[in-house]
Amino acid sequence: MTVDAGRGFVRINLDREKCIGSGQCVLAAPDWFDQDEDGIAIVLEGTASEEDSEDVHQAAYTCPALAISLDSE
Amino acid sequence: MDRTPGCPLDLPVKLRELAKTAPVSRVRIWDGSTPWLITGYAEAREVLTDPRASSDQRLPGYTFAAPQAKAFHTRNRSMPTVDDPEHAYLRRMVTADFSNRKAEALRPVFQRTMDELVDAMLAAGNTADLFADLAVPMSSKAICEVLGVHHSEGERFAALGRIMAVPGSPDSVHARVVEDMRALLSSLVQQAHTDPSDGVIGHLVRAGELPDEEIVATALLVMAAGHGATAHMTTLGTMALLTHPDQLELVRESRDPVFIANAVEELLRYLSVAHLGRRRVAKEDLEVGGVLIRKGEGIIVATDTANHDPRAFDGDPDALDLHRDARHHLAFGFGVHQCLGQQLSRVLLQVVYGTLYRRIPTLELAIPVDQISYKLDLAIYGVNELPVKW
Ligand code: HEM
Ligand code: SF4
Repeated sequence: MTVDAGRGFVRINLDREKCIGSGQCVLAAPDWFDQDEDGIAIVLEGTASEEDSEDVHQAAYTCPALAISLDSE
Repeated sequence: MDRTPGCPLDLPVKLRELAKTAPVSRVRIWDGSTPWLITGYAEAREVLTDPRASSDQRLPGYTFAAPQAKAFHTRNRSMPTVDDPEHAYLRRMVTADFSNRKAEALRPVFQRTMDELVDAMLAAGNTADLFADLAVPMSSKAICEVLGVHHSEGERFAALGRIMAVPGSPDSVHARVVEDMRALLSSLVQQAHTDPSDGVIGHLVRAGELPDEEIVATALLVMAAGHGATAHMTTLGTMALLTHPDQLELVRESRDPVFIANAVEELLRYLSVAHLGRRRVAKEDLEVGGVLIRKGEGIIVATDTANHDPRAFDGDPDALDLHRDARHHLAFGFGVHQCLGQQLSRVLLQVVYGTLYRRIPTLELAIPVDQISYKLDLAIYGVNELPVKW
């Protein structure tokens, strides 16, 4: 999934194997992350704004399992 | 470690000094060993996300907070004390019950319990012990809901939880109550075989992967890890607000759930009630903050001190500032062992702080701050009682 960061795009990489279901990403970026019925994170489809990029960075930073990484495109 | 002088909610002076000069240093602890003490925020994150920093309490070099903890934990293996992949296996079995959506669904349930408890406080007069009359029953409610304990068993559970939470009961009494709790949970597991309820117990029974004793152990773990922490956080958070009138005013006047949620994060950071450090031991050599930690050496990650690191938090981290962005705090730990009950606790605390001062605007401490007695030796920082009046 790629998010428009205003000045370019970032790609969200989520490693579901690493996820421990902390829910930090859902708190930080509810437009971009959700949890499946097992409580494990998923990335949502959607359209992005510059604000989303901040949220997505917050999600990656607060993920305790280091399961989220962002690549600029 | 001695927290005086100054405000009892402040960090110990010695720790604060260490944090300034040495984010990674060696200390001598009660058993004469000299583990590493991590006080910096960045360094704490580094250690807690390093798979070489093990939580396995059977490994030589692991440091315990006290002899009792050592005796208890070397007997009991559970989610917090094992490493991946065993840890991930145990944790994944219960993550469904602790998701954000599950926690959010409990908000109206917590709100109803909160309203009833406040009604009861108001009906009983103009004083209360905020710990016993509000924090402990709220916390019991949360644990019962997540485990799937209802009706009369819920009351029995709450009664046992109350005794387990109340400090100062002799070890023999405590041991008996834990056994009573174990028996109660065993009978609930038995019942769940014919009538699986919602919640952790019912789900684990239905999944059929763990033997009954381990389901009971998991339920006991949830109780032990969550009950006291939530009750003390509720109580100390209230005390922090009552002793910071300008901040209390912000909470009392706010009708904004986003602000209340932020206030909860800042209170979690500021108080860091899980104050005895996350304990780890190096399984392999590892380097943190430019310092080499050798295989077999113990590590204490002082997340409370890291939560006051000025390199990680804007403004003065020793001050309580409910507008601060504190969402990246380490009060629930960090790494794969980060608190399983965190979303549940967040919703509960938002309900408590968002309701209490609105319903009882004149709430204040009923005794001088310096007469409040603390529990310094438990894994969770807290008070023995918090007398309040209105
Ligand atoms: C405000 C209240 C709470 C605080 C401050 C808190 C704090 C913590 C901390 C710091 C850890 C990390 C331990 C480590 O890294 O070694 C932890 C783990 C844990 N907590 Fe909490 N906790 C709270 C409430 C709860 C609740 C309500 C529950 C359950 C209903 C719970 C269940 C657990 C469990 C099971 C673990 C172990 C997770 C694992 O090892 O993967 N906690 N908690
Ligand atoms: S923050 Fe990380 S560990 Fe937590 S749910 Fe999201 S991806 Fe999983």
